Amino acid sequence: MSQYSAFGLLRGALNGQKHWQPAWRDPEPKSHYDIIIIGGGGHGLATAYYLAKVHGLKNIAVLEKGWIGGGNTGRNTTIVRSNYRLKPLHDLFEFGLKMWEHLSDELNYNVMFSPRGAMFLGHSDADMTKLAERGDAMRCDGIDADLMTRDEVRKLEPLLDMSRSARFPIEGGLIQRRGGTARHDAVAWGYARGADSLGVDIIQKCEVTGFVRDGDAVVGVETTRGRINAGRVGICVAGHSGHVAGLAGLKLPVESQTLQAMVTEGVKPMINSVIMSQSLHCYISQSDKGGIVFGGDPDNWPSYAQSGNPMVMERAVAQGLALVPALSRLRMVRTWSGVTDMSFDGAPIIGETPMKNLFLNGGWCYGGFKATPASGWTYAHTLATGKAHALNAPFALDRFERGATIDETGSGPMPNSR
Amino acid sequence: MMQFTCPHCGPRDQAEFIYERTVDAVVSLDAAPEEAMKSLFTRNNPRGVDEEIWRHTYGCRAWMVIARNRVTNEISATRAVGPEALP
Repeated sequence: MSQYSAFGLLRGALNGQKHWQPAWRDPEPKSHYDIIIIGGGGHGLATAYYLAKVHGLKNIAVLEKGWIGGGNTGRNTTIVRSNYRLKPLHDLFEFGLKMWEHLSDELNYNVMFSPRGAMFLGHSDADMTKLAERGDAMRCDGIDADLMTRDEVRKLEPLLDMSRSARFPIEGGLIQRRGGTARHDAVAWGYARGADSLGVDIIQKCEVTGFVRDGDAVVGVETTRGRINAGRVGICVAGHSGHVAGLAGLKLPVESQTLQAMVTEGVKPMINSVIMSQSLHCYISQSDKGGIVFGGDPDNWPSYAQSGNPMVMERAVAQGLALVPALSRLRMVRTWSGVTDMSFDGAPIIGETPMKNLFLNGGWCYGGFKATPASGWTYAHTLATGKAHALNAPFALDRFERGATIDETGSGPMPNSR
Repeated sequence: MMQFTCPHCGPRDQAEFIYERTVDAVVSLDAAPEEAMKSLFTRNNPRGVDEEIWRHTYGCRAWMVIARNRVTNEISATRAVGPEALP
């Protein structure tokens, strides 16, 4: 793999940039791999990268039914943060955030991580109490958090409607200054290039259609490109977790829903941080191209359609316009939706399944993008050793029957009310 | 937006309805703990048709079962549930 550098760009400028090579190969599947990862999104590619890099494994394949990064990695709002309330989530997401801070160097690929600050708005005294509690919990676990007054919020985001007659009055906020955004495609491409250079076979247009079993053990997969044997198989397919696990006869604590997001035409810088409101469930940021990125609630019913309901989109936009009235003059240029695997406590599942040699990484709900490096790191450890890493041990699949759920919002086993 | 045919009110916009859970996720009162756990915490979640319980919350407020394809949103059957569905 040739290193990307400013010097290389300059040298390329002298000969018409003709030196560029494909960033990864397009190999034919082999008949056997030690480890097969199903799903070539950010999480699957990161897993393959760390399996090769940290655990020194050579014979690894990533199987992707479409093209890499074409699922939820390319269908999110690119927000990166670790401002949760519960310790297992703190540990996992903060580990990930620390990896984001060095990811471009690690991959020799610019993932455009931009720690511009991730701010929750508080709309009432009760909101501010909850934000203070969350900030305290974060600081107790060594994560940065600052409670903000109304004036501090106004100074950071002058375009917010701070008037007392605002539809959603703003009392203050809680900011994690190390949070921000990243470039979604670059994460998938950077990990793909890194994994490929370490010998991982990335096989696109290869859908898994079944599992090859020997008793209660999985020994391979049936695909649209033939049967491939495997030592261990890792499912890493986000919204399609239920479907793929179903091929192995497993029923998961997951229900798939649609999550929509949208972006406006590009404008000069007007939103400085990532503005989020948990009371409204609305988040607004500005991409490096200048588009204002909006997100809101999931469509609260099961769907694999990858296209959402305008009713839900309208609600997200209405909330955004109430918070930042200046946005009303912008044209919406693009909307998209992803299939999210809503777990029954809102936390991810990373670990073993009841089938031998079959592992699961899923249930990320609508918050998987930020966890990409940490998810890959812990899943690689689990796939390489057969055991959970300390960071993903609390996220085992059997936690539901043990009563050890990690329910950040305390809303119980109802994915449609999360 | 989808349109559902309420057994009592006829065709109405989906905005009037709220999704509850699937039929197989209803916990019966005499279920063994393992059965109850499965019903509460796991779903078939098929990439195809499942039987879902919806409520006409902003209409007649009755419950109904809707068989819906989760990829195409095609509705193949709707039936009333509860005492009003009894003969």
